[in-house]
Amino acid sequence: MIPAPFTYQRASSVDEALDLAARGGDDAKFLAGGHSLLPLMKLRLAVPEVLIDIGRLRELSYVREENGHIAVGALTSHHDLSRDRLVGSELPLLAHAAGQVGDPQIRHRGTIGGSLAHSDPAADLPAVMLVLDATLVARGPSGSREIAAGDFFQGLFETSLEPGELLTEIRIPRPAQAGWSFQKFTKRAIDWAIVGAAVQGDQVALVNMGSTPLRASAVERALAGGAAPADAAAQAAEGTSPPEDINADRSYREHLARVLVGRGLAEARSRG
Amino acid sequence: MSILGTRVVRTEDPRLLTAGGTYVDDLRVPELTGAARVTFVRSPVGHARITGIDTSAALAAPGVVAVLTSKDMDDLPPPPPPPEGGPNEAAPMPLGGPWSEPLLAVDRVRFVGEPVAMVLTDDSYQGEDAAELVSVDYQPLPAVVGIDSALAGQTLLFPGTESNVAVTAAKPGEGGGFEACDVVVERTIENQRLAPVPLEGRAAAARWADGKLTYWVSTQNAQISRFILAGALGLAPPSIRVITPDVGGGFGAKVGIDRDAILVAWAARRTGRPLRWVETRSENLVGMTHGRAQRHTVKIGGTRDGRILAYRLDIVQDTGAYPRMTGFLAFLTSLMAAGPYDIGFVETAARTVVTNTTPISAYRGAGRPEATAAIERAVDLFAAEIGMDPAELRRKNLVPSDRFPFSSPCGAVYDSGDYVSALDKVLAGAGYAELRAEQARRRERGDVVQLGIGVSSYVEITAADAAAGETARLVVHSDGTATVYTGSSAHGQGHHTAWAMLVQSDLGIPMAKVTVIHGDTDAVPEGVGTYASRSLQLGGVAVHNAALEVKDQARRLAADMMEASEADLELDADSGLWQVRGDPGTARTWAQVAGHAGHDGLQAAVQFSEGQPTFPFGSHVAVAEVDTETGKVTLVRHVTVDDAGTVVSPLLAEGQRHGGIAQGVAQALLEEMVYDADGNPLTGTLADYAAITATELPSFELLDSETPTTINPLGVKGIGEAGTIGATPALQNAVIDAVSHLGVRHIDMPATPARVWAAIREARDSQ
Amino acid sequence: MTVNGAAVGAEVADRTLLVHFLRDVAGLTATNVGCDTTSCGACTVLLDGQSVKSCTVLAAQADGHEVTTLEGLADGDGEMHPVQRAFHAEHGLQCGFCTPGMVMATVSLLAENPSPTEEQVRTGLEGNLCRCTGYHNIVRAVLAAAGEGQASR
Repeated sequence: MIPAPFTYQRASSVDEALDLAARGGDDAKFLAGGHSLLPLMKLRLAVPEVLIDIGRLRELSYVREENGHIAVGALTSHHDLSRDRLVGSELPLLAHAAGQVGDPQIRHRGTIGGSLAHSDPAADLPAVMLVLDATLVARGPSGSREIAAGDFFQGLFETSLEPGELLTEIRIPRPAQAGWSFQKFTKRAIDWAIVGAAVQGDQVALVNMGSTPLRASAVERALAGGAAPADAAAQAAEGTSPPEDINADRSYREHLARVLVGRGLAEARSRG
Repeated sequence: MSILGTRVVRTEDPRLLTAGGTYVDDLRVPELTGAARVTFVRSPVGHARITGIDTSAALAAPGVVAVLTSKDMDDLPPPPPPPEGGPNEAAPMPLGGPWSEPLLAVDRVRFVGEPVAMVLTDDSYQGEDAAELVSVDYQPLPAVVGIDSALAGQTLLFPGTESNVAVTAAKPGEGGGFEACDVVVERTIENQRLAPVPLEGRAAAARWADGKLTYWVSTQNAQISRFILAGALGLAPPSIRVITPDVGGGFGAKVGIDRDAILVAWAARRTGRPLRWVETRSENLVGMTHGRAQRHTVKIGGTRDGRILAYRLDIVQDTGAYPRMTGFLAFLTSLMAAGPYDIGFVETAARTVVTNTTPISAYRGAGRPEATAAIERAVDLFAAEIGMDPAELRRKNLVPSDRFPFSSPCGAVYDSGDYVSALDKVLAGAGYAELRAEQARRRERGDVVQLGIGVSSYVEITAADAAAGETARLVVHSDGTATVYTGSSAHGQGHHTAWAMLVQSDLGIPMAKVTVIHGDTDAVPEGVGTYASRSLQLGGVAVHNAALEVKDQARRLAADMMEASEADLELDADSGLWQVRGDPGTARTWAQVAGHAGHDGLQAAVQFSEGQPTFPFGSHVAVAEVDTETGKVTLVRHVTVDDAGTVVSPLLAEGQRHGGIAQGVAQALLEEMVYDADGNPLTGTLADYAAITATELPSFELLDSETPTTINPLGVKGIGEAGTIGATPALQNAVIDAVSHLGVRHIDMPATPARVWAAIREARDSQ
Repeated sequence: MTVNGAAVGAEVADRTLLVHFLRDVAGLTATNVGCDTTSCGACTVLLDGQSVKSCTVLAAQADGHEVTTLEGLADGDGEMHPVQRAFHAEHGLQCGFCTPGMVMATVSLLAENPSPTEEQVRTGLEGNLCRCTGYHNIVRAVLAAAGEGQASR
């Protein structure tokens, strides 16, 4: 119920945040909205000794049009993303998915950067970033670098961020094909997806079918080869290693993936 | 015009809506100043011997006042001996004897969550830190999880016992049995384990001073709690004061007090420090009792044209690690096994077994939802077997309205009812024929999303412990206000509003001038409390009877004041004025009459027992959509008739029905406490235990029906659990109905997508 | 921070949750704790006007911001807020434990969506559990409060 003791530090600039992180080392974690990290800390599944609150870095909360892509500040909340006019018109998949994360209270606090850095394969936004071919911008002690979404999610709660690196921005290219769909399958509306499918045109990414979000490559190859969506969807489980839990075993998740990808492709086509 | 039967908003609300309620954790009374916090150390394993407890690290932690284990419990009376003549299956009491449950675990733990030690700290944050430092050595034992494992008996939970079957009972049927039946259907059905999840978990605070214990606790029964504490601590009841603050829900799981709560009182005496304990939700999900957890084998037989002649129900009740209710839940299930049907031959058998899981006790319905779920499934299975519409089959077999009072073959006497009317009304309200037509259209088209219509008919027993009655003391003060001291103990049911309505109706004292007091053993020393849907028919009637006695006294007083004869006096119940009939000039107010009373004032104390339980009844129709590609179920409509006799407050009655329906739907659709084979809970947080939210439910369609009882003067029965009892089987039947054309005959609860899809796939594969 | 319009400050342990700061330091006990996995919503308050689960916000994160709890809803004369009035009129509470969080979630919902459909109300309250009411009358209360808000325009 209560986190183990830790030291709270507050950053008033990105540079200060990086500096504090460098000094904190392995024992320090960034705190944005806190709705991925604090729940773990309250159950004492995570016990960082130092929390660096970056919540006041309002300069990291924005949505802008830039050089042919949409730039989203890492500290933009799910709520703001779901309501933003630019995101709504250019990246409706993202707007919709952000509006499905958790519940309204969670969406008021949770941020896209926090969610991506947390890298839970059952979360919605990582798969959306993957299907949108997003680029993540990270700043560290040695400067900024860009990481393709496909290289970012490494494993369960593991990203390619180096210690002390802070996600600052997510760059999303304008999709080539307009049709989109977000198929989030849950028992209750507030639950994590048992399986999810994010579709943008002929690109498909899967939620909770492995230890990271996954592109449904076999489906995409089939579509590129001229297969009908229903036939392509039959390959949705190729290359996946879905978890088994009280909600679903492996074969049920594989079945859901096929069904959801089929529905997602059909809905995307009806929109595009 | 009586206020009874009219829509009156609650007097409880303004405080709750502006300042919030005062629950145990909100108490800021002087007696609890400086109270230390209690944090329990609980077993993380399902079954183990305790070979050592090292408290040294915890004792050295910041803010620690004390660390207590069973070794410190040398100041308690020995446990009571087991009951003579063996277990009384009809008594909701711990079995004791070789099945005894300690307060703190001594040398063995039998469920994850069992309390092993207590850490007392200055604040709750320190408590969590220090509890982690208590080091307990566990030597794991094989865990017994699930009914099959319990019955196999390879590991026994209790030394000195011969099996894991704690209680056995049987009630044979009378007559021919299944021989005369053309059609017999048999099935084993699971009624899954649930967690009550009141929004406020368990909580208690205690202060020991000058040989007296003051104890605040989130309970449904202050007086019973005092009795339990007296026995457990070896105290005389007058030296204990139990106070019930606001209680954030109970649902049967807060009846009396449990071992954790007793320990708080003990530790307060032991250390001399006032204490407060408020459990976390994760503790609550394994530490508070669970509900249901019965396995049913049903056998139903009859004629091919739809006459049900015989029914057999075999029950195995998983009672968890300690038989706290002996065989009582299975007893109630057996008592109501026949439901609202006129079945000649009904036979029941029950075994209550122990497993390495959280102990089971009452949860909204307590044994009756299980009975109804079993027979409603059996009736639908029979209907499917003979190819008859399930509503039609019910109509043919419901007890007709001219047969009341009806003695069921299970031993219950149903007081009043009109089961066929209830069924017809709900079918009409649901638009049953059009629903069947829509279902047919979707089947014809082969739609992915199919429609299921589920029907349930039920009768349930309320005030099962009617003989214990309920108390009320009504005082009219010389300022014209009144105070009701009630033995009932509302935790959301709105008794303060309802009892004030009764006083206004009987005496013409406006509700705004009526104060209701409950739950403080100093103010209300005798009382039973609120469970078993008993409070209106016992506690409310007690208030009514007390009001009538006060009215008689007042008549005598008024006659004296006016120098008139009692026969010439009347009370205008609208204005609350006593006057000589036809002579308003003589009018006297309640204030004046009460002021005229002697030394004891104007008051009456009543203990009312109606002597027998009452039997509300009803019918539900659930309309569900099933996505046949994913197995996902959506409840689209839920229509009900719940007849609990005369309705005193339509507002409160509807609220109870809504809440009951939601919990009933939750069992059918979503919720289940799941354990792995080692006794580890897999649904131990609210992220995993799928408590139902607003998004999974529609608005409900409630139809009115009032068939009074003659058992008490108000004609009222209990409504608190009826909605739950009727709702679960209606939705379970609807889900199966939606996919019956695919060959599905049965799906166990909850109807999770995975389970429904597996049933569809299995039916498809076997064709 | 400002709580219900009044400045409240204290030195607390870094790990202090906002809900405990409100209950124990500010002395405002209406906001309740109902779970430990950010699931139940009983602890919902407004942070700068937006609903948040105060059990999953550090007091330090709210430092310098504005918090509104149930106790701060009624106006200066003690007149109940339209949402409080609607919950009363529609019997939208029974035991009352989920109510402070439910009311604050409702206030935030209606601020963002003044004319919600029933479905939007149900989805809008997905983060708030109630065990007593079955949600039926809570939904009626929210729609009634929305209607009143519309009528007063």
